[in-house]
Amino acid sequence: MGEFFRVLTDNGQLFVDGFTNTVKLFLIAAVGSLVLGTLLGAMRVSPVPALRAFGATYVNLVRNTPLTLVFAFLVFAVPKLDVNIDYFPSAAIALTVYTSAFVCEVIRSGVNTVAAGQAEAARALGMTFGQVLTLIVLPQALRAMVPPMMSVYIAMLKNTTIAAGFSVLEAGAIPAYMAERGEPQFAVLLWITIGFLILILPLVALQRFLERKWRVAR
Amino acid sequence: MTTGEPLIVLDAVNKWFGPLHVLDDVSLSVGRGEVVVVIGPSGSGKSTLCRAINRLEPINSGTITFDGQPLPAEGKALARLRSEVGMVFQSFNLFAHKTILENVTLGPVKVRREKPAAARERGLALLDRVGIANQADKFPAQLSGGQQQRAAIARALAMQPKAMLFDEPTSALDPEMVGEVLDVMTSLARDGMTMVVVTHEMGFARHAANRVIFMADGKLVEDASPAEFFANPRSERAKDFLSKILTH
Ligand SMILES: Nc1ncnc2c1ncn2[C@@H]1O[C@H](COP(=O)(O)OP(=O)(O)OP(=O)(O)O)[C@@H](O)[C@H]1O
Ligand SMILES: [Mg+2]
Repeated sequence: MGEFFRVLTDNGQLFVDGFTNTVKLFLIAAVGSLVLGTLLGAMRVSPVPALRAFGATYVNLVRNTPLTLVFAFLVFAVPKLDVNIDYFPSAAIALTVYTSAFVCEVIRSGVNTVAAGQAEAARALGMTFGQVLTLIVLPQALRAMVPPMMSVYIAMLKNTTIAAGFSVLEAGAIPAYMAERGEPQFAVLLWITIGFLILILPLVALQRFLERKWRVAR
Repeated sequence: MTTGEPLIVLDAVNKWFGPLHVLDDVSLSVGRGEVVVVIGPSGSGKSTLCRAINRLEPINSGTITFDGQPLPAEGKALARLRSEVGMVFQSFNLFAHKTILENVTLGPVKVRREKPAAARERGLALLDRVGIANQADKFPAQLSGGQQQRAAIARALAMQPKAMLFDEPTSALDPEMVGEVLDVMTSLARDGMTMVVVTHEMGFARHAANRVIFMADGKLVEDASPAEFFANPRSERAKDFLSKILTH
């Protein structure tokens, strides 16, 4: 047991650095994919066929590509076009691009839970598409969107570990460093698991809070 | 009753849903202050006609003019037109996440950019007019069907529309609540509102309408005063239809 705690205390800085980058990657990609995913979701329910087609193509293309390939594309292929970006921003963009497709689908399915008559009545009052979406449809869709959205974000938190394969020092990169230092792998992996569990707790709490806040009166 | 140029004019309007010809060369004009009741068998195109007037349903050919202007195809101009035409649906469609008063003030504040205080004052007056002022702070699901439909009428009136469209406003109501909604509509008609009303309430058609339109298979088959239509329907379709609904 002493040995188990020693693994953590002897390598504290590495754990702190790794998980700090994990949290940073997560937060940047969470905000990015919420914005991009909402825009894509709006496209998919818009009355303009070209926008709907664009949204559908994006989702089908990105959702069916392994995340590792999205990373590889951004980290290796894009710099070949003389665009110089660092590993960390590349990883953040890759996660954002990938997760947006899933956020888009959560938004679209949430919108579909709202009765068509709601949007129709709003249009009949003279509301624009943006007003119909933001004032009438999305507020009623939020409640249905919370659980699947949280699943998307928990999956994304775990997906940050793929960045380790692309030279980003995040939690997923810790085992390789620890192996070099000759630390026992089992203890290291257990600590990383505990780290992720701790990071997921606030997400679960947020889900509870939002579900309660947006409980619909029926 | 009717003064000056008509408010709503449909000229040779055609509409298809795939192979189905739902509006077949429909021409109709509705004068200012006129109340037109639309009747006809199920699937004859009554709802589609009603929804074409504020372009919730686009048409394939012909023209529709509202207040002297052809209906705009899209964008801000279409939104403005819709704000001038009130619409009441069979299933009420009150905004489920807003209180009754918010339902009534949302359009004026967000679409017309009115001051919230002014919109609130007029909203409360309208709720009072339709007899549900005491329900202002409740959510739609807490009201009876009749109260919800009266709230929906108040919501449409809050935009100070030039015309009101009703698509079977009492069909989803329990029988004991039909009267309270028809009373509100009758008083609107008496106050000179231009109305197009799809309904099976023959009492309302007889007493409040200036004209009755009978539709069948997407065609406008008859267009007559209520007295004339009910006493002497000219077409077989109308005679057949009336015999079915008037016997019970
Ligand atoms: N969005 C749609 N897509 C395809 N067909 C439709 C659509 N809306 C209506 N229809 C069809 O068009 C025809 C006319 O429909 P409409 O709703 O205007 O009839 P209605 O006279 O209002 O009938 P009801 O008395 O049952 O309400 C019907 O056959 C209907 O099935
Ligand atoms: Mg209908």
